[in-house]
Amino acid sequence: MTSLLPIDTLLIAACAWLAIGLAGLVAPRNMRFVSKTLFPLGALVGVIVGLVALGSLGGPAQTAVLAIGLPDLPFHLRLDNLSAVFALLLGFVSVGISIFAAGYFRKGEGAAPGLMCLQYHFFLASMLMVLLADDAYAFMVAWETMALSSFFLVTTDHRHEEIRRAGFLYLLIAHIGAIAILLCFGVMTGGAGDYSFAGMRAQELSPFWASAAFLLALAGFGAKAGLVPLHVWLPEAHPAAPSPVSAMMSGVMLKTAIYGLLRVSFDLLHSTLWWWGVVALAIGLATALFGVLYSTVQNDMKRLLAYSSIENIGLIAVGIGLTLIFHAYRMETLAALAMTAVLYHCLAHSAFKSLLFLCTGSVLHATRERSLGKLGGLIHRMPWVAWLALAGVIASAGLPPLSGFVSEWLLLQSFLFSPGLPHPWLNMVVPVAAALVVLVAALAGFAMVKFYGIIFLGQMREPGLKDAHDAGTWEKFGLAWLALITLLLGILPSTVILRIDAATRQLLGTGLADKLDEQGWWMLAPISPERASYEPLIFLVTIAATLLLGRWLVRHLYHGRVRRTSAWDCGYYFQGPRAQDTAEGFSQPIRRIFEPMFRMQRHFPTARDSQPYYSVKVEDHFWYWLYLPVAGLAGRISTLIVTLQGGRIAVYLMYSFITLLILLLVARP
Amino acid sequence: MSASIPFSAQLINLFAAVILLLAFAMLAQRRLPQLINLFALQGGALCLATLVAAVTTGQVHLYYSAGLTLALKVLLLPWILHRLVRQLKVKGEVEALINIPTTMLVGIVLVMVAFNVALPISELSHTITRGTLGIALAVVMLAFLMMITRQKAITQVVGFLSMENGLFLAATSATYGMPMVVELGIALDVLIGVIILGVFFFQIRDQFDSLDIRHMERLKDN
Repeated sequence: MTSLLPIDTLLIAACAWLAIGLAGLVAPRNMRFVSKTLFPLGALVGVIVGLVALGSLGGPAQTAVLAIGLPDLPFHLRLDNLSAVFALLLGFVSVGISIFAAGYFRKGEGAAPGLMCLQYHFFLASMLMVLLADDAYAFMVAWETMALSSFFLVTTDHRHEEIRRAGFLYLLIAHIGAIAILLCFGVMTGGAGDYSFAGMRAQELSPFWASAAFLLALAGFGAKAGLVPLHVWLPEAHPAAPSPVSAMMSGVMLKTAIYGLLRVSFDLLHSTLWWWGVVALAIGLATALFGVLYSTVQNDMKRLLAYSSIENIGLIAVGIGLTLIFHAYRMETLAALAMTAVLYHCLAHSAFKSLLFLCTGSVLHATRERSLGKLGGLIHRMPWVAWLALAGVIASAGLPPLSGFVSEWLLLQSFLFSPGLPHPWLNMVVPVAAALVVLVAALAGFAMVKFYGIIFLGQMREPGLKDAHDAGTWEKFGLAWLALITLLLGILPSTVILRIDAATRQLLGTGLADKLDEQGWWMLAPISPERASYEPLIFLVTIAATLLLGRWLVRHLYHGRVRRTSAWDCGYYFQGPRAQDTAEGFSQPIRRIFEPMFRMQRHFPTARDSQPYYSVKVEDHFWYWLYLPVAGLAGRISTLIVTLQGGRIAVYLMYSFITLLILLLVARP
Repeated sequence: MSASIPFSAQLINLFAAVILLLAFAMLAQRRLPQLINLFALQGGALCLATLVAAVTTGQVHLYYSAGLTLALKVLLLPWILHRLVRQLKVKGEVEALINIPTTMLVGIVLVMVAFNVALPISELSHTITRGTLGIALAVVMLAFLMMITRQKAITQVVGFLSMENGLFLAATSATYGMPMVVELGIALDVLIGVIILGVFFFQIRDQFDSLDIRHMERLKDN
């Protein structure tokens, strides 16, 4: 009996996902069958995908040819280390989301559960096929399937006008991106007509065409990932989608775009120009700063997380830019460090952001409320969700000992070594970029404090919140799974990096594994222990010990009595839960400090208002600077063109007649 | 020169010339029933040309083509069109957008263009009918011109059918006709097309109380 190759197993897994999706159509209204049988089965397939991808890391690349599709145009598939890292991410993160989804979907919400099941599992399978594709044709088919299935998932509640609008915007930008990707592949074939990735690798492109391919890839994949200025769909689509779908899109789908960018810029294009890195770095910084600033001022919890995703994608793009710069100057160790930071942040972000989106789903179900201003104090009613969300929040804020800290620390480490660059301008500019990354990390912490503090801490702002219930068993299990991944990524960085190092080595020719192997699993010192090292376990133990000791001291050494009494009210007569700091109030300093970055409409109450109210509406500058002018231009061009449509058949016939005549006269032999 | 051309080819050229002449006659004809008769005559000339080609070359499927042309374009379609004209009670006059002498002048220019364009193509062909390619192209263009310049929906259908005649002639003259399957397909398409258009005529008349296509300008969206 021949052993099953990992790539075959992954193919079977993709087929299994498709089959599970189709099975949902058998009994589309049967909630018990769909959610309690099919979604857990999908999670099981996810476990298999994750384990197989983990097992294939470090092994040789495997290829397969699928004789489906158009005649003489089979699908080429390939599983190498880069695909394996992302398949690992897809597999393990989807497990948590699928288990959560098993408990999440309710009767009478949105589309029929069987339909959701179909779209969801097609979405999963198409993402796996994107990672496995080894020619432009298979890639684009999988890519478009992914875009379409996620579009239908976003528009589950298509009866709402704004959700349809969000879905349309998503589809539009996804298609602009897809066109750019298609053109990028076209450029990379170099006119040879061989659309397999192997053929593209063999092409020697001139610097001009290589740069064109890189910029097209940056635009195309950037549109999917949410890089500025093509980010506008993200904060619309994520809140519109059901929470497991937003988790999947933010956690996994955005990473497939990162995968594509890495695949094109490091694998298919083998000559690297230094200014590509500068472009990616600048766009990444702009994205990160934009995302984090807007996430701090949001009042809708899912929008806040969506902008936070933009910020994280920006940080990943910064890492890619840095890798490109180092790679162009043949500083491969540093490039490997930055690349490790990129891959690690992909893993970390997909786990903690899915976790947070799922938590918002639980809160939404418990309270029917998305606006931060009407939540609060939920830790008393939803302890499970609150404590598991805390893990995601700490990771997202980039605090030790969880996963977000590791990747941001690695990124900053690679910045600290940039003075060795043999280019004076870069030497001056790159430290500024490092400072901005630190600013972004700090503001991300602010946004996360706002997210967690307003939802879970304090007192309940609305009386209705008293009826909030904790998540169900399935949901708890899904959340706990993702929190566990976040924790493991946080405290075992060396172990994880040793596994994903194979991908770095494949792309750059060198990795960090040799250095890490000497040190042991508890310590992370990517360049040398003398320069910088990080021992997450010591952090964890110290934090835990301090907390426990503090609690023990208070309880036993201090008087130990717990007394419940009303807080000091500063002399005010009335103080209710509404007197707490609001979401708007919390972010007011940021709005004030970074005022030019926002487009705000504010209404302040005056002393004479009989019904005073305060409102603030923050909008995106890019709408007014870029999108509305483009839309207006398209409208004007359309009105010019519509004059061709006079409504007279004779004139229409004349058009084709003149065309025929011109063709006959021009195309004479 | 004419001595070197075999008699059968001269005969085919004669019929082709008749077809072209009829195309001009259709362009000049103001009355609808006569227009349909001219169309039937054109079909007949086409049928005879194909028949001569079939006899000369001995190609069996050209006989079928000739038979099909006779049945469809000489008998069935004119009969359907006559019936339509009677049932719809269309007034006999055909209104033209451009006056008829101008149309004829434009037609002459088109014939010159067609011959000019077809010359290099017909030199590539080795059939005895190759001289008629220019005529075929000219018939297509004249039919197109008729569709553009006429206002009644029925005349446009006649123009469309006449254009199909031109295409058929082009196919016969360049390569002794298209494969049988294609020809059958086209014949069926034309027949069904005319029937569907007939239904549409009734709809259009019900909607606008007229078959004048100028009324359809209102249909565009603003």
